[in-house]
Amino acid sequence: MMRYSGFRVFTQGLTGNTGWRAAWRKPAPKPEYDVVIIGGGGHGLATAWYLAKNHGITNVAVLEKGYLGSGNIGRNTTIVRANYFLPGNSEFYSHSLKLWEGLERDLNYNVMHSQRGLINLFHSDGQRDAFVRRGNAMLAQGDDAVLLDREGVRRMLPYLDFGQARFPIYGGLYHPRGGTARHDAVAWGYARAADQRGVDLIENCEVTGIDVENGRVTGVQTTRGMIRAKKVAMVTAGRSGQVAALAGMRLPIESHVLQAFVTEGLKPVIDHVISFGMGHFYISQSDKGGLVFGGDLDFYASYAARGNLPMVEHVMEAGMTLMPMIGRAKVLRSWGGIMDMSPDGSPIIDSTGIEGLYLNCGWNYGGFKAVPASGWALAHLIATGQPHETAARFRLDRFATGHLLDEEGTGSQHNLH
Amino acid sequence: MRISCPCCGPRDRREFTYYGAADYLNRPALDADASAWDDYLHLRDNPAGETRDLWYHDPCGTWVAVTRDTVTHAVIAAEAVA
Amino acid sequence: MTHRIPGKGLIDRTRPLRFSFDGREFEGFQGDTLASALLANGVQLVGRSFKYHRPRGVLTAGSEEPNALVEVIEGKQKTPNVRATVQELYGGLTVQSQNRWPSLRFDVMAVNDRFAPFLSAGFYYKTFMWPRAFWEKVYEPAIRRAAGLGALSGLHDEGRYEKAFAFCDVLVIGAGPTGLMAALVAGRAGADVILADEDARMGGRLLSDQPEVAGQSGPDWAADMLAELAAMPNVRLMTRTTVTGVYDGGTFGALQRVGLHLADPGDLPRECFWRIVAKRAVLATGALERPIAHPDNDRPGVMLASAVQSYVARYGVNPGRVVVFGNNDSALQAARDLTAQGVQVAGYVDPRADVSVLEEFPVYPGGQVVGTRGRLGLREVAVRHGGGVSMLTAETLALSGGWNPSLHLTCHLGGRPDWDERLAAFVPRAGMVAGMSVAGAARGRFSTAACLADGAALAAEVLADMGIAGHDMPLPAAEDRSYAIAPFWAVDAGGRAWLDFANDVTTKDVQQAAQEGFSSVEHMKRYTTQGMAPDQGKSSNVAALAVLADATGQGISATGTTTFRPPYTPVSIAAMGAGGRGMGFAPERLLTSDSQTRAMGAPMIEAGLWYRPSYFPRAGEATWREACDREVSMVRTAVGVCDVSTLGKIDVQGPDADRFLDLIYTNMMSSIKPGRTRYGLMLREDGHVMDDGTCARLGEAHFLITTTTAAAGPVMRHMDFVHQAFCGDWAVRFTSVTEQWAQFALAGPKARELVNKLLETPVDAENFPFMACGPARILGVEGRLFRISFSGEMGYEIAVPARFGAAVFERLVAEAEAMGGGAYGMEALNVLRIEKGFITHAEIHGRVTAFDIGMQGMVSAKKDCIGKSASQRPGLMGPEREQLVGLVPVDPQAELSAGAHLYNENDPATRVNNQGYVTSAGYSPTLQSWLALGFLRDGRARHGQIIRLDDGLRGRKVACKVVHPVFHDPEGGKLRG
Ligand SMILES: Cc1cc2nc3c(=O)[nH]c(=O)nc-3n(C[C@H](O)[C@H](O)[C@H](O)COP(=O)(O)OP(=O)(O)OC[C@H]3O[C@@H](n4cnc5c(N)ncnc54)[C@H](O)[C@@H]3O)c2cc1C
Ligand SMILES: [Zn+2]
Repeated sequence: MMRYSGFRVFTQGLTGNTGWRAAWRKPAPKPEYDVVIIGGGGHGLATAWYLAKNHGITNVAVLEKGYLGSGNIGRNTTIVRANYFLPGNSEFYSHSLKLWEGLERDLNYNVMHSQRGLINLFHSDGQRDAFVRRGNAMLAQGDDAVLLDREGVRRMLPYLDFGQARFPIYGGLYHPRGGTARHDAVAWGYARAADQRGVDLIENCEVTGIDVENGRVTGVQTTRGMIRAKKVAMVTAGRSGQVAALAGMRLPIESHVLQAFVTEGLKPVIDHVISFGMGHFYISQSDKGGLVFGGDLDFYASYAARGNLPMVEHVMEAGMTLMPMIGRAKVLRSWGGIMDMSPDGSPIIDSTGIEGLYLNCGWNYGGFKAVPASGWALAHLIATGQPHETAARFRLDRFATGHLLDEEGTGSQHNLH
Repeated sequence: MRISCPCCGPRDRREFTYYGAADYLNRPALDADASAWDDYLHLRDNPAGETRDLWYHDPCGTWVAVTRDTVTHAVIAAEAVA
Repeated sequence: MTHRIPGKGLIDRTRPLRFSFDGREFEGFQGDTLASALLANGVQLVGRSFKYHRPRGVLTAGSEEPNALVEVIEGKQKTPNVRATVQELYGGLTVQSQNRWPSLRFDVMAVNDRFAPFLSAGFYYKTFMWPRAFWEKVYEPAIRRAAGLGALSGLHDEGRYEKAFAFCDVLVIGAGPTGLMAALVAGRAGADVILADEDARMGGRLLSDQPEVAGQSGPDWAADMLAELAAMPNVRLMTRTTVTGVYDGGTFGALQRVGLHLADPGDLPRECFWRIVAKRAVLATGALERPIAHPDNDRPGVMLASAVQSYVARYGVNPGRVVVFGNNDSALQAARDLTAQGVQVAGYVDPRADVSVLEEFPVYPGGQVVGTRGRLGLREVAVRHGGGVSMLTAETLALSGGWNPSLHLTCHLGGRPDWDERLAAFVPRAGMVAGMSVAGAARGRFSTAACLADGAALAAEVLADMGIAGHDMPLPAAEDRSYAIAPFWAVDAGGRAWLDFANDVTTKDVQQAAQEGFSSVEHMKRYTTQGMAPDQGKSSNVAALAVLADATGQGISATGTTTFRPPYTPVSIAAMGAGGRGMGFAPERLLTSDSQTRAMGAPMIEAGLWYRPSYFPRAGEATWREACDREVSMVRTAVGVCDVSTLGKIDVQGPDADRFLDLIYTNMMSSIKPGRTRYGLMLREDGHVMDDGTCARLGEAHFLITTTTAAAGPVMRHMDFVHQAFCGDWAVRFTSVTEQWAQFALAGPKARELVNKLLETPVDAENFPFMACGPARILGVEGRLFRISFSGEMGYEIAVPARFGAAVFERLVAEAEAMGGGAYGMEALNVLRIEKGFITHAEIHGRVTAFDIGMQGMVSAKKDCIGKSASQRPGLMGPEREQLVGLVPVDPQAELSAGAHLYNENDPATRVNNQGYVTSAGYSPTLQSWLALGFLRDGRARHGQIIRLDDGLRGRKVACKVVHPVFHDPEGGKLRG
């Protein structure tokens, strides 16, 4: 096991960097595991790590159809925050942020979690009231929130258009512990840590079938052969519907495309994460200097990880009305990821009607920040059979029963998000 | 993406509002059991490939059922729901 | 201009232009790019690299440039990361180098280069972890400052930008020999053609290689063809236009640089972003040359061979002594062409052993460049050949590692190209983009003759496909040389050899990534940042793949390639966001009374897209609260007037209108009598409240319904859906008439007196009782009258055709003022409705059911309605739900605030203790107390209890009594009176 440290970087540098070892093994699949996790994204890898670390369960395989981190974990805009207000979400994201705050030491990997502060802007009294409700919920959860008036926002973000914007800035809700992290590093850090505890990370291994006998899961069929398993967890984000269908399940999920953008590198100019809900626009600047920003869904079911111009232009227009100083920054790259949209916009971490088969999906636009707590909760569920207390409301049957978690209030139907 | 409105002809996607899978056309009866309503409101095939979904052409108010491919974004057919 | 070849090039030597770079003045000519002008002045050092701050010069002659990125200065404003190779010269152009401090020649950060061994691929993932708080405070700021390239000014971008749409039969992308032929064939056949090229001048490689075509020089032939195309009405030529992205349905994004090359653009925009919809496209984007990785191959003076040719032939730049290092026939041809142009070629180095030596310059078969020397610019090239190393003196080293077809756009819809062993390059696969044909060098046909033929042939194919008859066109004669290449990517000679110049990625970084297991191509890219710089790896990705393939022992085709995504070249946010700046972001909707309202001094606030008055200040009032209190009292004691035209109005007609409304609303509308109005509630199909409003039956088969301001659009769409999806055969039609009618609320004990001043036929309590509606002649105009109220006072709403709105408002206000009343704004309206417990979207915020607001009784048991079934789910009712209540502070003057949470008196404010929250609050001058509405767990059963309002954000805690949400006139006597 090779520990990373500044000293190691130094000694390796002196010896031509020839001594670095592979960050994780590339094992062939074994015939049987205690737990098989389908999906080598953030949630799948975190689940493997916490199974090993918290529960001592290490006879685990993570099966990934492409390369590790090839899905949304490597495509998102990396915002990490705990500013939810509905009970059920509050405690979960709060737990997640606490795990983020210890992640580097936990994983011995610098995921560059940067708590640079997040500001949600509001543009009317009504929006302010809704943010006050949210801020009070954050405080009640033990997290941090500060209400800023217009002048307070101006002091922090003097470059916004306070003059002639179509929707004048009334103020903002400031979440000092909010921020960003380096997305790929999160996948790699969990992967390396799980591998060191003996978890097999198997890339280029697509699950093509889920074997069920007498209502109990027995294993999976893959492009690298059949693998038996006592327990199987489906953690495939944008592909959740297809994978669940392998077990005969229909999910309350519709897959959509969300685009994001990055500009060419620039010297530091935006020091926070800024969210302009009225214009469906948010932005931060990466440590490399690119402005990383995005907006809303393209709004049509899609499995093509790419979008179209109407949303591209809308996002750019929102950027221009909010902060016209970015006009001369040039967009370098745009991309899209497939979002597993649940009807009420909140996730599902639950067992299924099939014994030993677990489901983790419905992360919508916000599953990056959830990675640690989601892995923690799913590992708990797999190991103990009981939902973790922070994720007890993420039930699969909540749509049928009406115990909804609709943070946005747009409705618990696919066609309303 | 361009969709042919049965009323107006081929138009850019930006003129339309999307409304999800065409499942919404099959509204259960009031007294249908809870699972029928759960199915109707929530559960989806969500296919990777050909699908049929609902689009509203904002300028003319026509609801259009569009047959599309969710992987290639090809638009195969479009017809008014009424 | 010491480095010009007399008489050479396509520049206009009669038009000298002054410009400055890093404060030094230089001269160039019309037709120069900034890069060519700098080179002509002997300036080799133009930038610093991203990570190691190594000195860098111009590598290319096009938009793929990784090194020569500069800031263009315009007064206090500036544009960072401008490619010197694209920026056209104009008189007064002021440019500054970037990413260096204090100066380009002496850059302190260049010490990074000394520490390079410790900054290898991925080093930051392995360190900077302790102590925790240091990341945000120490490490990250240092990393951020060092990173980044150019800087934004921080000032608003006040420049002009535009967006436009264009439609055509055939979009031809690229105006080299291939594109010109394709456009000619399509244009002559009469098709609508757009020919777009990113260069300022069309002709592509014809301008740089200058092969003979049809007996003319390349540039002359191109000029003739362009003249013919320009004369065709069905052809649009778009120079300086880069097609940046391919989208679905034949849609393309394109960026046109309209004013960026002009000293004084006048009214022209800087840039225009085009959305081009094309039935067919011909991709004729040519190919991009790639360098070879060898030690110190990043020194200023090292260029692509094709770029050296461009600078010589097109711009008349003298490159000094040139060493050419290539592995393919086009490199050798470049050496020959340069020699023919009078340039001194100091050596041709080719790793192929069998390369011809019978040339006018020294040839080093089997040779390799193993190093370069020269502090801030190239002075010597080390060539290893025949077992020894020779030092060749040269100012320019021209590299050619072969050519990559410019197939980027073919990949934008997710298609993957094929690896062609013969060309050692990726080539497009058929059908990657529906409707797009790839022609010429963009699909690996490199000779001029092959390009001309391919352009013509594919255009003919496209025309045939579209059913347009084409003419036979004789092909002009041109060179048809073969192209052979021996794949050669990196020189193995120790030292650092650069792949990605822009991000400072060397062959060692890629090898280290492979060693650490980052051996899939995407992992390598992400771990090393290869190809993620401003040039997106245009000249380096393929070589990096090859080095990776070598390290892993897999072939290139098994290794695969990373994904090309839009935009092809970076596009400014301002261009794609043109029109969004300031007020342009969303339409503005104005009341018919807007100008009077503003003239009365009312501050306007945004209500969705509308502007509504906040309050109407009067002399002596110091705060909005004073005005608001006065307006509320005015309504309670006299009469107030309010423009309520923003409410959505939908006219519903037809024999089945009544049963349709029964389906839409929870309550029964079919039983309303003509001439009567009913309050109604709509649910979403998921059982939550969607909207509320009134439903007036104007006739047996004629209704007019209102929606809240915010929901007007969604409700209309919803009604269209319900009708077309579920009961398309019902005889009902509806249309939005929100804009057609101006509507005013008259509220207060004197409302009847006021309304009768305008009505031709006066009304009284009997002939027009509470909830009556009907036609009315108002000041001689055919209008409508409703006896409804949102204030709890006696209320009328009068509606007139919108064109009379302003006049009616003016008259109403004047009459009301004479009666001791006047106009009231949104603040007063809000207090009035809180006093009455009337809900708005603050309460019906999307998560609320009829049960929650105490209106479950309004869900008719006798019929189906949208949302009824889902509203009966167990989670949506019961005592654990939060229910609408009123809150009165125990101390009436204690301020209440919306967004505060509710707790039992002595419970700490934690999530588990939470009992609910406040949705609306305001001071009631009527009750001389603060009041609030909110949702409280099991609230209806808790009237009379004391609860703590806790607004932790504002540090506010107030003890409140829970009451029924109707504070004022609960019996409704005033309303009905
Ligand atoms: C543009 C964009 C911006 C975003 N911004 C943010 C943000 O700022 N903050 C935030 O919190 N969240 C954000 N998100 C959301 C977040 O990225 C996702 O919710 C989260 O990454 C999803 O979980 P995951 O990491 O496990 O998914 P993924 O990384 O997608 O992992 C799922 C994995 O399953 C694999 N898989 C699928 N099918 C199979 C199969 N049959 N067999 C084997 N393997 C299979 C996939 O290849 C994939 O690797 C954003 C998303 C996008 C697209
Ligand atoms: Zn239409």
